[in-house]
Amino acid sequence: MSRIGVFVCHCGTNISATVDCPGVAEAIAKMPGVVHSVDYKYMCSDPGQTMIKEAIKEHKLDGVVVSACSPHMHEPTFRRACAEAGLNPYLCEMANLREHCSWVHEKEDATTVKAIDLVRKMVEKVKKNQPLYSIKVPVTKTALVIGGGIAGIQAALDIANAGHKVVMVERDPSIGGHMSQLSETFPTLDCSQCILTPRMVEVAQHPNITLHTYSEVESLEGFIGNFNVKIRKKARCVDEKLCTGCGLCSQKCPTKKNLSEFNEGLGYRPAIYSPFPQAVPNKPVIDKTQCTFFLKGKCKVCEKVCPTKAIRYDQEDQILDVEVGAIVLATGFNVLQPDFFPEYGYGRYKDVIQGLQFERLASASGPTSGEMKRPSDGKEPETVVFIACAGSRDEAKGLPYCSKICCMYTAKHAMLYKHKVHHGNAYVFYMDIRSGGKMYDEFVRRAIEEDGVKYIRGRVSRIYEEDGKLIVKGADTLLGHQTVEIKADMVVLASAAVANDGAEELAQKLHVSYDPYHFFAEAHPKLRPVETNTAGIFLAGACQAPRDIPETVSQASGAASKVAALFSQSELTREPIIAVVNRTAPPLYSTCTGCALCVPACPYQAIEMEDIKNRDGRVVKRAAKINPGLCQGCGTCVALCRVKAIDLQGFSNEQIFAELMAL
Amino acid sequence: MAEFEPKVIAFVCNWCTYTGADLTGTSRIKHASNVRIIRLPCTGRIDFMLLMKAFARGADGIIVSGCHPNDCHYTSGNFHARRRWIVYRSLLNFMGVDTRRIIFSWVSAAEGAKWAEVVNTAVKEFRALGPYDEYKNLAPIRANWRTEHAG
Repeated sequence: MSRIGVFVCHCGTNISATVDCPGVAEAIAKMPGVVHSVDYKYMCSDPGQTMIKEAIKEHKLDGVVVSACSPHMHEPTFRRACAEAGLNPYLCEMANLREHCSWVHEKEDATTVKAIDLVRKMVEKVKKNQPLYSIKVPVTKTALVIGGGIAGIQAALDIANAGHKVVMVERDPSIGGHMSQLSETFPTLDCSQCILTPRMVEVAQHPNITLHTYSEVESLEGFIGNFNVKIRKKARCVDEKLCTGCGLCSQKCPTKKNLSEFNEGLGYRPAIYSPFPQAVPNKPVIDKTQCTFFLKGKCKVCEKVCPTKAIRYDQEDQILDVEVGAIVLATGFNVLQPDFFPEYGYGRYKDVIQGLQFERLASASGPTSGEMKRPSDGKEPETVVFIACAGSRDEAKGLPYCSKICCMYTAKHAMLYKHKVHHGNAYVFYMDIRSGGKMYDEFVRRAIEEDGVKYIRGRVSRIYEEDGKLIVKGADTLLGHQTVEIKADMVVLASAAVANDGAEELAQKLHVSYDPYHFFAEAHPKLRPVETNTAGIFLAGACQAPRDIPETVSQASGAASKVAALFSQSELTREPIIAVVNRTAPPLYSTCTGCALCVPACPYQAIEMEDIKNRDGRVVKRAAKINPGLCQGCGTCVALCRVKAIDLQGFSNEQIFAELMAL
Repeated sequence: MAEFEPKVIAFVCNWCTYTGADLTGTSRIKHASNVRIIRLPCTGRIDFMLLMKAFARGADGIIVSGCHPNDCHYTSGNFHARRRWIVYRSLLNFMGVDTRRIIFSWVSAAEGAKWAEVVNTAVKEFRALGPYDEYKNLAPIRANWRTEHAG
């Protein structure tokens, strides 16, 4: 027979104003198994808690029901009190008399009847409660940062400075990401590379950071605190230890006419190359698809000129095994690519370019050394049209979202252009100007008022070439949809920010959820913006949604602090509210029939099938096995299990049916 | 004669609707007192047998409520619940259970007012449907909860 103690709280008058608390305690006292039932003014106060503790000892209680507020409010308080009195904390339950009863109903008999019902069902539940013990899992204090843009750099530095090891994986030959391509940054117009490159160097030199560039994540196994990552280190064909980064190989490489990815196709690079002069690490890679030796079997000029004999044509991809405790995803974004705008002639007309290409044109390290020369003939454009929302907020293009950064960078582009070509005309076609942010609106006003950029509110319907000019046809909606026609020398499209290539594939490898646009999904849009639903994997930067540099940096620091908090413990404690597979003694082993229906139902990949072998090593049964580190306790598998072999601790079938039977 | 008070059991998830119902309380939004909430971690936890047991115990109506689609704390539990509901409904129809007796709804943790509305609408509808005596013919189990616990 159970020995349950029930404690009914008045919560001052919050509960007692509409519920007859002594009446509830009295009615419950008659229930079988209830040995102690009292009411008190404030159960959560010190005397209230002491009352519970003493009653547990005095009446040898094996279950406690505190009938007070919502368990979201005080369940930890009362469970701790029970634990202090030597009762397993999971033998304590709460009946929600305040939020779900006294606050929402009038003072009448029905309210007290409901209160009694609520307590009764918790008493029945607690009779079926089992003592549970919190789960401890060890933590590997190394973080994996995927992506070496500003988000990854910031997160890696913050984690490393907190004294933890960091492994950084970057897909490209150098870290730096999109920020290294930018000329100047809004709203201060400071040079992007000048503020970024010191941090890149810091990453490379930090004793706590191991950098793997030209590498990708191959697979991920494990769970929070204990991930096992396989990293594919792609063959650079250069011995990184011997290479000094002198650049002779790139200078002498005969295959020079390869479009430069870093310059967004506006310049060329050799087949053996570093993406840009400040690359970190400054060690070249050979592009096997363009190298004459790999294509035709002879050349080897780089090998001949290399003073340290660092060229390795026979280098192969390496697979590295790394154990980490937490992961920061910082894979960034991409811009929408050409063929998306047939009406704007992108890809057809050389002088219709996208935002990142304009960044390279304006950059001192770019193909024109920062001089404003248009791609087609190298002439200085006299009239430039900037089109905001090229793709963004366009349901027809399948991108209903706002790319957020374009309003600001379009203003910046127009401003940079006017600073370089004083007599030039800059027009901006826009839908709305979204310039929320510190000093942002002032920046746009500056472009309009001081630099004389002409803003036209309206959309561009078409761009076509006529007499060597690009005719931009649009409408001015502020002038009653008047048609506007501008003869431009160059057009810059603020093309939408989209999820990076391979984002979906990576999300599936890491079991991270993503939204319809393939941006990674956060655990809660407001309160858990840097966590994913997979415990131990955090998000930083534009891989979650389009965002600018200041936001990216703060989010990266946020993710880093989450990692540091995780690493501050030697082991993780988790609530034991997890699913368990029923196991009985041999020869039955389990009531699980091994149908494996639960395996795909689990949102956390916590269930796998296990072969149960006999003494001879022969497989006698296949049964589901739940990884307690991964299981989050949703119970989807429990409801799905045909033979009821799985149960959820804390919300077991027995407990819930007991609750129901009390009603 | 006093108006018929239906007995309603609500199966709600811990993260959205339970918290939403807490918010109803915090906001002091009065609503009908017929509903008894059973807290589950997720709507994905809801077993068909729980609904049947609720009817067997004399429930005149059932509310099932969880996180909005895409908002599930456990990523996809509510999708499982939604899919199961479609299957259950045809099964219930086949068995002769009145599917108007089960109300499915999404109430987020921020929708305290919506929860009150869901409860009031449900109670109103169940009241209009009257006591669910037909179920006793389907399953001759005692369903005299009202008199049983009166004393």
